[in-house]
Amino acid sequence: MVASTLAACGGGGGDSATPVLNWYINPDSGGQAAIAERCSAESNGAYQIEVSQLPRDSPAQREQLIRRLAANDASIDLMSLDVVFPPEFAQADFLAPVPEDVAQEVTEGVFQGAVDSATWNDELVAVPFWSNTQLLWYRKSVAEAAGLDMSQPVTWDQLIEAAEGQGKLLSAQGRRSESLMVWFNAMLESAGGQYIEESGESPDDIQFGLSTPEADRASEVMAAVANSSAVGAGFTTASEDTSATEFESDDAGFMVNWPFVYAQALSKVEAGTLDQSVPDDYGWALYPAVDEGTPSAPPLGGIDIAVSAFSPNPDLAYEAVTCIVQDENQAEYMVTNGNPASSIAVYDDPEVQEAYPMADTIRESLELAASRPLTAYYSEVLGSFLREFHPPGSVNDQTGERTETLTRAVLSGEQLL
Amino acid sequence: MTQTTLPPVEKTQPVSSPRGTISDRSRAERKLGWLLAGPAFLVMLLVTAYPIVQAVYYSLFSYRLTDPENRSFEGLGNYWVILTDAVWWQSILVTVIITVITVAVELVLGFALAMVMAKALSSIRPVVRAAILIPYAVITVVSAFAWAFAFRISTGFVNTWFAWLPGVSDTTDWFGGQASSLFVICIAEIWKTTPFISLLLLAGLAQVPDVLQEAAKVDGATAWQRLWKVTIPNMKAAIMVALLFRTLDAFRIFDSIFIMTAGANNTESVSFLAYRQTISRVEIGLGSAVSVLLFLSVVLIAFSFIKGFRVDLAQARGDR
Repeated sequence: MVASTLAACGGGGGDSATPVLNWYINPDSGGQAAIAERCSAESNGAYQIEVSQLPRDSPAQREQLIRRLAANDASIDLMSLDVVFPPEFAQADFLAPVPEDVAQEVTEGVFQGAVDSATWNDELVAVPFWSNTQLLWYRKSVAEAAGLDMSQPVTWDQLIEAAEGQGKLLSAQGRRSESLMVWFNAMLESAGGQYIEESGESPDDIQFGLSTPEADRASEVMAAVANSSAVGAGFTTASEDTSATEFESDDAGFMVNWPFVYAQALSKVEAGTLDQSVPDDYGWALYPAVDEGTPSAPPLGGIDIAVSAFSPNPDLAYEAVTCIVQDENQAEYMVTNGNPASSIAVYDDPEVQEAYPMADTIRESLELAASRPLTAYYSEVLGSFLREFHPPGSVNDQTGERTETLTRAVLSGEQLL
Repeated sequence: MTQTTLPPVEKTQPVSSPRGTISDRSRAERKLGWLLAGPAFLVMLLVTAYPIVQAVYYSLFSYRLTDPENRSFEGLGNYWVILTDAVWWQSILVTVIITVITVAVELVLGFALAMVMAKALSSIRPVVRAAILIPYAVITVVSAFAWAFAFRISTGFVNTWFAWLPGVSDTTDWFGGQASSLFVICIAEIWKTTPFISLLLLAGLAQVPDVLQEAAKVDGATAWQRLWKVTIPNMKAAIMVALLFRTLDAFRIFDSIFIMTAGANNTESVSFLAYRQTISRVEIGLGSAVSVLLFLSVVLIAFSFIKGFRVDLAQARGDR
């Protein structure tokens, strides 16, 4: 009796025991744990997935994983990685190569942006699981009063004008954090530029696209938004949550934010702290463009699942990943946890359509979405960016060039960050 | 009136034992001392000296955790990069500002609180002491969150409560600028660690002999004179210890900054700089060099305090 219990606890040790796969997940509302359970059951004893939670914000998740992997930690099999991190992990040889057939299977019918974010050096290094994107949220009443036709693409300048004219808020995220990069990159891509035009293995090979007219235009719009009277007090510390709260207030006008804001407002109505008329007034459209005629390039977020190179069972782990990212699981995850799927077909699911009135807009947005700079040195790139671009109100046409110089100096070890 | 302290007790050598030799008894005592303290000493070496030596070693390399193969010897290159970078001096400046402000305010406040604790009626004394010590029992991260919530525009009450003050309104963004952010960080630190300093000063207060106070009273000294001429000179040692401990602590400030501003608006301390190089950027070499420099700063502070302390003692003796 004792012996059999011990064997069961021993994980992948004995032949008789089911191998255990450890999946390190970002905190959610229990969706990943439910998927893990389902896939374990479906595997008929081939493997058992156990989930462990990582810290709440993505830089802290990376910090933990990267240090453990650098120490060849074999207790990590699967990881939920934020879409900006796979290049760094892949470059450091921390990820097990994706088998050809798996790569084929998990990229079919998946948003191109999501696939790109999981690709490094022309090879798929992680598996897209869910994809996030920001929408332009507006109060129908305010847009109507301002005479703004929201069925047509709108620009940032139009939004500033409409919000200022109506004395309402235009909510964006000016905080010194990842969200500032999310915002700037979306405007740069919309202007036709790219943060990193060519990424190389060594820092010297990286070509930045920051000393370009496109970058100058994105900076100009950023400063215009930040310096307009339409942004709330404390714009330089405003996070996604700040924006969501502002958008629930009486002063709400327009906002760029992830889709969680809708579910959040509904749950507040349920709890009785918000009037039903507030979410009823919510409208959504594609992310604003920088200029009339330029395309909208919404931010891309989400989670990829990666398999550790130090996992004792990489084949089994990839088998598990294929199960995890199945359409049914993505659909349920989207409905129960509010995280949009990376598989296009999921958006036709009737349950998804019912839970998300804006499902079609999200799909359209994800088709246009542009990923943030893909580089093995993301934290240096982000850190240099934040040092120059925060506070957003002081950004000008020199900022991009300064950021490029700083990033180069930091990457070559000539300057601190 | 000069300062009043007890005359120093002359330490006398035992005359019976010849100089330079150790008796059997003291040899045995010394052996016992090593036996008792030895294990602790070894553990200290293992957990303190080893990491310090390793950090010094790593600081001489260009070494990225995700790229161990390209590790290369840089000599003192990392130190040169740090010391010629404005970011380093900026964080030193911020750290010094925070240290000086918090320690100065804490010393005054802590002294007042120590007096309250010492002089409180014996019936309420335990309650007073417990109340004063509560902030010190709060975890720094928790206290930082509490203060951050209080001052934040979205969650805070400070703006509404203090709207009558000039410069404070509903829309004051405390974490939007350097000076106001540092102000909040300092307040949180002061609230949190004043109890520590007052506890140390309370111990010092207890050492001031009552006879001196009474003598001064008989001589007609006012309460103010007694404070400056009797109490404070007699507890100089306790004040110096409290100052030293708090300065070393304040110089390594990390938690409050991490929670409140995450280093935005030039509020980065030296510890935060080391954290970002080592943990966020995984540049072990550069980060170790920052840590070693931080360590040297702390050693320098401790050394100059102890040095200054001795000088003070000598002066106090020379007065008489």
